[in-house]
Amino acid sequence: MNALTSLLDGFGTALTPLNLLWAALGVLLGTAIGVLPGIGPAMAVALLLPVTYGLDPTGAFIMFAGIYYGAMFGGSTTSILLNTPGESAAVVAAMEGNPMAKAGRGAQALAAAAIGHFAGGMVGTILLVALAPAVAELAVDIGAPDYFALMVLAFIAVTSVLGSSRVRGLASLLIGLTIGLVGLDQMTGQQRLTFGSLQLADGIDVVIVAVGLFAIGEALWVAAHLRRRPAEPIPVGRPWLGRGDVRRTWKSWLRGPFIGFPFGAIPAGGAEIPTFLSYVVEKRLSKQKDEWGKGAIEGVAGPESAASASAAGTLVSMLTLGLPTTAVAAVMLAAFQQYGIQPGPLLFEREPDLVWGLIASLFVGMVLLLALNLPLAPLWARLLRIPRPYLYAGILFFAAVGAYAVGGEVVDLVILLVIGLIGFGMRRYGLPVLPAVIGVILGPGAEQQLRRALQISDGSVTGLVDTPFAVTVYAVIALLLAWPLVKRAVRRGRTAA
Amino acid sequence: MTTETDQAPGRAAGRRAWLRDHSELGVCALLLALGVLVLADALTMDVDIAQRGPVGPRTVPVAVGAGLLVIAALLAVDVLRGGRGRAEGGEDVDLSEPADWRTVLLLSGIFLGAAVLIEPAGFPVAGALLFWGAAFALGSRRVDRDPLIAAVLSLITYAVFDKLLGVPLPGGPLMGVL
Repeated sequence: MNALTSLLDGFGTALTPLNLLWAALGVLLGTAIGVLPGIGPAMAVALLLPVTYGLDPTGAFIMFAGIYYGAMFGGSTTSILLNTPGESAAVVAAMEGNPMAKAGRGAQALAAAAIGHFAGGMVGTILLVALAPAVAELAVDIGAPDYFALMVLAFIAVTSVLGSSRVRGLASLLIGLTIGLVGLDQMTGQQRLTFGSLQLADGIDVVIVAVGLFAIGEALWVAAHLRRRPAEPIPVGRPWLGRGDVRRTWKSWLRGPFIGFPFGAIPAGGAEIPTFLSYVVEKRLSKQKDEWGKGAIEGVAGPESAASASAAGTLVSMLTLGLPTTAVAAVMLAAFQQYGIQPGPLLFEREPDLVWGLIASLFVGMVLLLALNLPLAPLWARLLRIPRPYLYAGILFFAAVGAYAVGGEVVDLVILLVIGLIGFGMRRYGLPVLPAVIGVILGPGAEQQLRRALQISDGSVTGLVDTPFAVTVYAVIALLLAWPLVKRAVRRGRTAA
Repeated sequence: MTTETDQAPGRAAGRRAWLRDHSELGVCALLLALGVLVLADALTMDVDIAQRGPVGPRTVPVAVGAGLLVIAALLAVDVLRGGRGRAEGGEDVDLSEPADWRTVLLLSGIFLGAAVLIEPAGFPVAGALLFWGAAFALGSRRVDRDPLIAAVLSLITYAVFDKLLGVPLPGGPLMGVL
């Protein structure tokens, strides 16, 4: 019940007029930016980071919660009305949503998506409230070797579970770790990879890396391959659902979260797998099988709800263990670091106002999302017609504002461009961007924990595996690494039989 | 005689096509160079005084550098065996056309120019030039509308960040006059 009283205190924080305003502003900005074609939730959060620099941490994170959910909903609007999903999690939304829009049922598709987001987010956040304090309590005693094991798990999970090529994932991770090395060594003050430059001695700010890889890299990549004729969005009216639609979809909305949340909570996150799983489940359970592929509304409702719940799930590992597993969580962790706050087991003890205010504002944000976005949907749809030169020029412009706002240094803009060009190259050659960002964010911390653990054990490597927790985590890592081999063996066995 | 002269350019073209097809090897070369750089920096580090505990500031860079070398090699093997990194798709991305390098270079140049201008000329001017230049590079040719949008966007952003949100941006001489 302790969590419940804390949550009530959190609502006290979230429902002050000023914080309510930040949440509403976050939802509106997040949806507006997320709807724009080519901008996924991660880029939206990265671009909007500087907006929160002037706020206190609590207000900033309340705004982030709104931006996060708004950007996710905006992304599904784009894939339903344009049928060219920018990120993998939105692919499923386009599979049934776009045929619906083409058949003149775009309003229903958007409503099913919006309510799906609402239902998934609600159930997911309730699970977050129930689980997070328990996880934090379990994790509160973990020491340096356990932290190091967890970070290794995050590295392995983002490189080998997501994406299609492990070698390319690892290459991306190592690029990130290298960027993370630049600057003064935290324990000895030794200069590393600074080449005598004073500016580099401070290290490269995580925000600049995130904005460079997500925003500049993407804008340059699109610029090199810009469609001569942008895809035409399908016009849409105010979203609504008939009684028949509701009867078909309410079970899908409720099933989605239980598929999405677990996948978000384990550090193999991302909404890619759960949305697809939910799609398959809904298809199997559906009574109108002939409609699938031509616009079955359950195929929008279930996966969208799963995606939203998986976002809540990622917050569990992000807040209680400090482990980001998705690009958005990575950018949010970077934002926490900007304020000198280290997410982890102690966060719930040290910053209860902030954490519970943030969690309460997730609920508030979802209500606002539903209340604002249903009536505003036709307006958002109009944003899809923005001329592409303005859109990508705007991304470059706001990326520059964000990078300059970090420290007021011109050299940051040059570093931003260089990292953007790296991001461009990574997109060209299929290196996933997420492992690099995770490497930059977690790399320095992982090194510190490693050295601390080895200091305690006086240099003996056994110091890394002397707790049951660490051993368990390494077992999970071994399982992740062995999984493709097992799968191949099983498949071979099946074809032989 | 004639066959030989025919074959020579053919072979050269074949080599060029092979290189274009295996351009991902350039990524391997870059990873290799990065690995050498990290290793060299780590090994030339002067750690005797700074070392505290069994693991010094050198260990992790050495591991990362070595990792980069290994991955460069593994990636090269993968590419030579026919593995290809898949270029990323997107809402506005058309992969059927070859990459438009001119736009990318132009955008990078404009971005650098804005970075140079931001302190002497102030954010409103540098930002407006960045937006207009980028829109121009991306194919917008509305000489009547583009500069106006750029100027308004830049001024509003300056006002919102500098005055409203408390994030300082340089105003430059123009803001000094106004």
